Amino acid sequence: MAARSADVTDAAGLGRVRATAFVVPALLLVGAFLVFPALWTLYLGVTDYRLTGLAAANPQFVGLQNYVTAIGDSQFRNALWLTILFVLGSAIIGQSFMGFGIAWTVRSVPRLVRGVIETLVLLAWILPSSVVAFLWIAYLGRGDGTLNTLLQTQGTDWLLAHPMQSIIVFNTWRGTAFSMLLFSAALNAVPPSQLETARLAGASTLQQFRDVVFPHIRGHVLTNTLLISLWTFNDFSPYLLTAGGPNHASETLPVYIYNSALYGGQLGYGSAISLIMLVINLVIALFYLRLLKERRT
Amino acid sequence: MRLAKLTVVVSVTALSLSAGACSSSGGSSSDASRGADAKTISLSIASNAIAGGKNDQEAKWMADYVIPTFTKAMKAKGVTATVKFQPSGVDDEKYKAKVSLDLKTRSGADVVALDGIWVGEFAQAGYIQPLDKVVGASTAQWDGWSQIPKPVQANTSFEGKAYGIPTGTDGRVLYYNKKLFAKAGLPADWAPKSWADILAAGTALKKLPGIDPLQINAGTAMGEATTMQGVLPLLAGTGTEIYKDGKWQGNTQQVRDVLSFYRDIYSAGLGNPAFQQAAKGRDESFAAFAAGKVGVLLEGDYFWRSVINPKGGDAPMASRDTDVGYTLIPSQKPGSGIRGQDFVSMSGGSGYFLNPNTKFPAQAWELLTLMSSPDALKALLNGAARITDRTDVNKEVLAGDPMLSLVSEKVLPLTAYRPGEAVYPQVSAALQQATADIVSGKSAADAGAAYQKALEKAVGADKVSGS
Repeated sequence: MAARSADVTDAAGLGRVRATAFVVPALLLVGAFLVFPALWTLYLGVTDYRLTGLAAANPQFVGLQNYVTAIGDSQFRNALWLTILFVLGSAIIGQSFMGFGIAWTVRSVPRLVRGVIETLVLLAWILPSSVVAFLWIAYLGRGDGTLNTLLQTQGTDWLLAHPMQSIIVFNTWRGTAFSMLLFSAALNAVPPSQLETARLAGASTLQQFRDVVFPHIRGHVLTNTLLISLWTFNDFSPYLLTAGGPNHASETLPVYIYNSALYGGQLGYGSAISLIMLVINLVIALFYLRLLKERRT
Repeated sequence: MRLAKLTVVVSVTALSLSAGACSSSGGSSSDASRGADAKTISLSIASNAIAGGKNDQEAKWMADYVIPTFTKAMKAKGVTATVKFQPSGVDDEKYKAKVSLDLKTRSGADVVALDGIWVGEFAQAGYIQPLDKVVGASTAQWDGWSQIPKPVQANTSFEGKAYGIPTGTDGRVLYYNKKLFAKAGLPADWAPKSWADILAAGTALKKLPGIDPLQINAGTAMGEATTMQGVLPLLAGTGTEIYKDGKWQGNTQQVRDVLSFYRDIYSAGLGNPAFQQAAKGRDESFAAFAAGKVGVLLEGDYFWRSVINPKGGDAPMASRDTDVGYTLIPSQKPGSGIRGQDFVSMSGGSGYFLNPNTKFPAQAWELLTLMSSPDALKALLNGAARITDRTDVNKEVLAGDPMLSLVSEKVLPLTAYRPGEAVYPQVSAALQQATADIVSGKSAADAGAAYQKALEKAVGADKVSGS
């Protein structure tokens, strides 16, 4: 099996000390910016730490009180439910289908048109969040918003009347680029000869997709869904559009944490919810990785 | 291999924990005489004001008067001073979060503007310290203290110690659009004597198309503006303050009366829910009033002199002096207000405070007293009128402004202040949520019960009066 570890691992001939020296700067950065904040959040989650007041100068250890409060808090449960809706609507359904749809369609359009479409979709993804949020607020505005002018529905405040739908559409528009890129690459790996054979055998587009394309890209679909689910679950940009929506109607978990930790000053409580979010992320990731492993074997 | 990986993980964790422990320890230097003999100093001032935006007058005053005057005064003593102004132009709560984080990390400007109601929680968190601790006992000798009334001084004090110098106070009134009133058949010199009169005016205004009859702040989006320009004046009109005899008002009859009044407004369509729920609803309501689309609006004198002021207001109204009337806020019924009053109001105020981690405490105190001197205040007002903290300046500048003279002479004697308790902002948040529930359709009884629960969670059940 494996050769003796000493021979195999010291390929560059640096020796233990110099190799460690190379790695320490990066490890320090990782420690300072990832590990320490994570451990600090763990600690804050078991205290009643606040931004102002007595508990800011003298935080007390409260054990699991924050977690118990969170699970019993109807606003937390509301935020969790809204986040699930948000992930389902904009990531699993929205971005995946849009991304796949665009990738599938542009395979057979002229090069120039393909370039233009892909550039526009990419632009939506790479522009900074605050710029994009401002554009959408102008688009959905009540008085002279663009959408109201197009549909002749002056006076409708879309962000107030349909907050969840607005942020789902916004996030679909924003993140489709990633799915599109991934599916483009995945579709390129489908052997054209198999597609040709299927077409000659008289298969309809749907049958071609189901029997030829889908088996090849199954793994990619899962990977894509996992990544965009996690990203969307942790996405803070709904705050820029609705700040939690009229009376908590679009308050996803990241927005809820921001509102209670910084606006409400409850840093300890916010940290506890952050840990709960982390655990949920791990569960989602484990679930998808399980599915991925099953497909492979 | 396994051992190597474990070593890496443990050492990274240990390194980061020790780095974290080092940074979070470290006391502040409390020697009040540090930097007193420095020949080159640099100071900064932070306030929620920005040239061309919010509190534009204050921002311009910093650049045109405070900084040049202070630099000149320092130069005469042979000291080179660089003074910078750190502007902000955001909602009060966002500014408060920014300043808390600055002070917590021991950075932030040397002179910081804060709302008086935040003093309790900032003092308890150690973000600000009493003036005599930061600068020394000489602060008590400042001649300005004798010109500032004791209730106004209380705005910037906590547990009897002064933490900063107040910048003035204010009062709340009902503003109304005389043109809309004429169209609705209401008198131009409207003087409501009860809540029923306000609702009657709203019902009359409802007949006008495209007009929002009453704008009395509600909801959580406006933050403290809901409590100060909505709940608390109404509550004062029912005869009680929010904090009485060591207990906070829970789901009492008076609180339910206030919530029922809100229910009456919003179920009859006399108020526009969009203003209460939108992220920028307060600014939108101001713009609507300036455009003549709102009948009655409850606000402080800030609205008159900084928002609809034709000269440089945020939402200037060219016809302000002819078209906008103002009147005292009535109690629920004549005589039902606090102290048996027929009319009520609420007052607040902010102040300038010293950062306990400033490198030049003595010079920062000089800057602070300069900003509160009679000449500086008159320069800030620049011919406009405003209720300052000093009675000597008020006597001079308010003579020509009828609205502010009304506030200074008629409103201030009837007003009430918010309790200087550190936990007040959490109570305020619970009150805002109660009004938000009303606007989204809950009944007064349900909103009151939810408010009671939230209040008990915030301050403890033993500090709440009411069922």
